[in-house]
Amino acid sequence: MLFSGIKSRPLYATLQPDPFARFNLVLVQGEGVNAAVRLLECAGDQFRMRTTILYAGAAQAADRMRSFQIQRMQFLPTIETLLVRVDGFLATAMMGTRLYTAGTEGFMGQVIQHAGNYFIDHKSIITEHCGSLARRIQCIHCRGATENVTTNVVRCSHCGVDLLVRDHYSRRLAAFMAVSADAEAPGTLPAIEKIFR
Amino acid sequence: MSDGREISVRVSDITVVAKDIKRFRLQPISGALPLFSAGSHIVVSIFADDRRIRNPYSLTSVGDPSGYDISVLKTANSRGGSVFMHERVTKGTELVISQPVNLFPINLSGRKHILLAGGIGITPFITMAHQLASLNQPFQLHYGSRSKERGAYAESLKEAFPDRVFLYRDDEGTFIPIDALLRNQPLGTHLYVCGPEGMINAFLKAGLAAGWPKESLHAERFIAPSSGKPFSVKLVRSGRTIKVDEHQSILEAVEDAGVKAPYLCRGGACGQCETDVVSCDGEIVHSDNYLDPDVRKSGSKIMICVSRLNGFELALNL
Amino acid sequence: MSIAFTMDKFRDDFSFANSEHGIRRFPFPFNEDKYMYAINIEPHTPGPVGSVFEFQIDVDEHYVAEMRDRALVLDEDPLRCQALPHMMLAQWDLVELLMTNMAKDYPDHFSLEKSGDRWRWINRPLSIDQIFTFGDPATLPYPPMEYITRQSQGDFCLVDQRDGNLWMDAGMVTTQPDWSLDFDIGMNFMEWHGPVPLAHEIGIFDRALKFLLNLQIGRPVRRLNWTMTINPRLDTSPENYHKWGIDRSTVKLENVGEKVHLRVELQGLWRLPRSNAILFTIRCYLLRLDELVTVPKWARRLHRVLQTLPSELVDYKGLSRYRDTTINWLSKFDDGVPTSSGFGPD
Repeated sequence: MLFSGIKSRPLYATLQPDPFARFNLVLVQGEGVNAAVRLLECAGDQFRMRTTILYAGAAQAADRMRSFQIQRMQFLPTIETLLVRVDGFLATAMMGTRLYTAGTEGFMGQVIQHAGNYFIDHKSIITEHCGSLARRIQCIHCRGATENVTTNVVRCSHCGVDLLVRDHYSRRLAAFMAVSADAEAPGTLPAIEKIFR
Repeated sequence: MSDGREISVRVSDITVVAKDIKRFRLQPISGALPLFSAGSHIVVSIFADDRRIRNPYSLTSVGDPSGYDISVLKTANSRGGSVFMHERVTKGTELVISQPVNLFPINLSGRKHILLAGGIGITPFITMAHQLASLNQPFQLHYGSRSKERGAYAESLKEAFPDRVFLYRDDEGTFIPIDALLRNQPLGTHLYVCGPEGMINAFLKAGLAAGWPKESLHAERFIAPSSGKPFSVKLVRSGRTIKVDEHQSILEAVEDAGVKAPYLCRGGACGQCETDVVSCDGEIVHSDNYLDPDVRKSGSKIMICVSRLNGFELALNL
Repeated sequence: MSIAFTMDKFRDDFSFANSEHGIRRFPFPFNEDKYMYAINIEPHTPGPVGSVFEFQIDVDEHYVAEMRDRALVLDEDPLRCQALPHMMLAQWDLVELLMTNMAKDYPDHFSLEKSGDRWRWINRPLSIDQIFTFGDPATLPYPPMEYITRQSQGDFCLVDQRDGNLWMDAGMVTTQPDWSLDFDIGMNFMEWHGPVPLAHEIGIFDRALKFLLNLQIGRPVRRLNWTMTINPRLDTSPENYHKWGIDRSTVKLENVGEKVHLRVELQGLWRLPRSNAILFTIRCYLLRLDELVTVPKWARRLHRVLQTLPSELVDYKGLSRYRDTTINWLSKFDDGVPTSSGFGPD
């Protein structure tokens, strides 16, 4: 479980079945499989019959989810294609649908962001952080997002400004804030460290 | 709030709107009344003989902002506020009211709104239905009453929103079809309940059982202060000891003693009158909807607008 | 009373300056010789004639210049003004509040005529004469919040109240010290205050939130906040940090008086009647240190406040590069004489 003192960052928990939900949509990425398997193990048959899993990641890692009798399971090659599929589900979904998500923070952040477009309250989404702590960041200057940032300083993949990653997270943008790292002394960057592993 | 920013009004009209329900039109004695948002209430101060009772009532006026309307159900087994309003207040009576306060706002970020009213619980939904309509927000109002003659505002609401208002009557054997309503609603639907405590609890439970997240379920519960045996309260900061009578709330007794205490809803909902308990000889009877169960158990806090002591003396940090 | 508006600039040649009257009315934020967070909230009731508290919405000599600066910021970056869709009712609340107050308190400059929902708004300093239908966005050239805040000094945030929290769901923010509306929009009270050091730990925000959730109609409150800015820039946003950050490296002992500014925010909080939202106004006042030291008490006190400021706040407020130089410069105005309590000049 990821815990931090960053007030704007969501707190992630562990996946627990909502026994009342009419339809469960479980969105899994990479190492999130471990959390999904634990969820399916502790949930009953009734739950599994009402559950759809969408998974983005290596196919062999997902084999462990196949042994459960779930209503539907789909494998998507990337996070982007998975999110397109999520849009498809949520466009016609009804109250009583419960969302679960497990994977990296950047992945879950984008799930929560998409769900918000369909009026799903972020507090109602059941989350579990699994895998790397790499950050998805937004360059505050050009507003482009850069994925999988592991260092405190990173060059913006859009405008090329050297950015310092701040401890401030936007749920709406599904990203941490990053601002110019050498604005006050051009060319002089702080020591670069790999801190988000 | 308890700081003299109250408004003096005069009753300009009284209309019987249903059996045991009267509507009071309140006009300001000077100046204009503040605008208010849908779902707001005011607290009316009632000087019933030697006692001052303060009761919260939802505002039900739509359109003309020059006065406020409230609708009062006469409840025989209460502390006398509603009986006083029904039997002693006449056209021309002067009353003192608080500024409007909203503890039951519409969640405007929602996509659709289902309003569920039981009996006098219709009152906050009158302004809410009109506001939702004027904002072009999809909504439905389902309103259950014991009988036709008790269903205040049923006809006028049905007339204003014929496709969106649904009426149910116990004596005709029709009831709000809560389980059917909870099925097949689009994502982003919010549910609001106001009515008897049993109805609120049952509907909220049904919502959770239908897989709705608690963030989409809302209720307005005003608790009337309960009556009980008298006890004394030691006000530690003011250095005084006062007596709370059978039909008085602690807050009312504190105010009668001339001691200021913060409050807003006077119905156990808003949290403003949360007070530290210094010591307690007896058992606190918590009647509010605000304190967390563990705080309640610890006995360290009390909501003095509705809760009481079953015992001898309570010492409060007031 | 007619205000003589200046045409100074908050960019390029930095021609911004306060008049003698402007200096005397500056809302100096320190009532003692040290500073720490407190819930310094007080009722936003009218203050002395001529002070920034005289009226609830203050219009001053920089009005026209500030509105021109805002228009330039919005030309470059329209996302400085945004509203989530459910905030439309609150936008109209804001239109009413600002137009009503400005017309009532500055009749020489603004007027508002109402005939039912048909309103006519006249803004003489900006040569605007607008007839519109209150409640109908199609009758204004901009969305309601943008329309009126292009004509009102200071930043404005519309905060929705739901689920026992406050949500930053709309705003016009072009005069901010290093925070971004585009980044923070949609956050709740704790989230948007996330980056503030020390205050969370001492429970400031828990208590402030509880207070604000119960804020009442017609009873606005205010508080002062402060930081420092190099050059009289209104727009010190993170979006443009790569453009203005360099200013902080230009402070030398010779130019402190000219470059360094005390930046004070007069923050107001109002319950809006129609929407039940809260309006958060953040009005920025700048005072050059050359101007500040014309008031001996302020010079002594600022010197002492900067010397004793906790390092977390020095860092958070972005003072690290020039604090020592500024203290050094201010020391010649501090003879060690005790200062009187309170905000005003001796």
